[in-house]
Amino acid sequence: MNDAAHSRQWNLLFVCWLIAASATLGSLFFSEVMERVPCVLCWYQRIAMFPLAFIFTVGLFPLDVRCVRYALPIALAGWVTALYHCLLYLGLIPESMQPCTQGVSCADVKIELIGFVTIPLLSLLGFTLIIALLLAVRKGIKS
Amino acid sequence: MNKSVIVGGAAVLLVGAFVIATNLYKGQQAEKVSQVAASDTDSPFNRLDAPMIGTIMAKVEIVEFFDPACESCRAFYPHVKAVLNAHKNQVRLSLRYAAFHKGSDYVVKILEAARMQGPDIYLATLEAVLDGQPIWADHGRPNPELVWSMLGKTGLNIERARKDMNDPKILARLKQDEADIVKLDVRRTPTLFINGKLLREFSPDGLASQVASEIRLAYKP
Repeated sequence: MNDAAHSRQWNLLFVCWLIAASATLGSLFFSEVMERVPCVLCWYQRIAMFPLAFIFTVGLFPLDVRCVRYALPIALAGWVTALYHCLLYLGLIPESMQPCTQGVSCADVKIELIGFVTIPLLSLLGFTLIIALLLAVRKGIKS
Repeated sequence: MNKSVIVGGAAVLLVGAFVIATNLYKGQQAEKVSQVAASDTDSPFNRLDAPMIGTIMAKVEIVEFFDPACESCRAFYPHVKAVLNAHKNQVRLSLRYAAFHKGSDYVVKILEAARMQGPDIYLATLEAVLDGQPIWADHGRPNPELVWSMLGKTGLNIERARKDMNDPKILARLKQDEADIVKLDVRRTPTLFINGKLLREFSPDGLASQVASEIRLAYKP
């Protein structure tokens, strides 16, 4: 592998790390500073997002593209949960189907930033970007 | 540029943004509380019908939103009491109910019924309820009915309390607390305010020092 490809992969993984780290700190801000209790689905997404920040840190020093292998399944699991959560918010999945009837409701829209942007939507966006970047890194390895 | 400098710098920026956002948010919340406190027509810091411990003459008032089923309220209570005892004529406590746990609304009604039988009985009942909390407020299956069996030594007339606990006056009092919880955005228990200012540092020392500084302010010659 030449230097240019190397540095391109490093940059892509660095952006992945930026997204995962911002998402981690952002969700901690909602729960610890604003004291919004995370619902069950939020927790599943956090379980996927938090370790990504650490996996990417390790993958960057020194550059280890194999971290894509480990990060991709976690990101996919988070993405599926985020999509489900968004559909629940939009009412496209009936409320009787939601898994969390006790405690904090997952269908209750708590925070809407700039109009329609909700927390699950941010989460879906984050996971989508990470997956796309990881696929780009993987394509670079194969070619 | 060195890669570790880039990542390290980005990490510092992210954490810095987090800290700045936290401070901005906290400042905004404190501003909200002081605005609510300043509304003299319907201020949550002026509820004379709420349970009060200490003298009305005291110029410093601690307002505590608590839940009889909450463990940290139980753990914090001796420290609140110590502060009250240390400044007997200068500090009073106004208790508000935040029945966030399952079953604690029942216990809150018992407490209010006890208050109808006098301040000493109220205090004894409150302490018995907190003392027995691990038994009646077991998280797996809270059983607030158990509280009655713990009130033997309080001097409470239990039969009367059982009748009184559904008094509409009590319900009105609890409705008022619920409204104040929304108004002040109380999300956890205990939440304490000292003369209308949120307790900044939740610890026994934090309480003692903030109360001391409010006393200095209120009793300035």
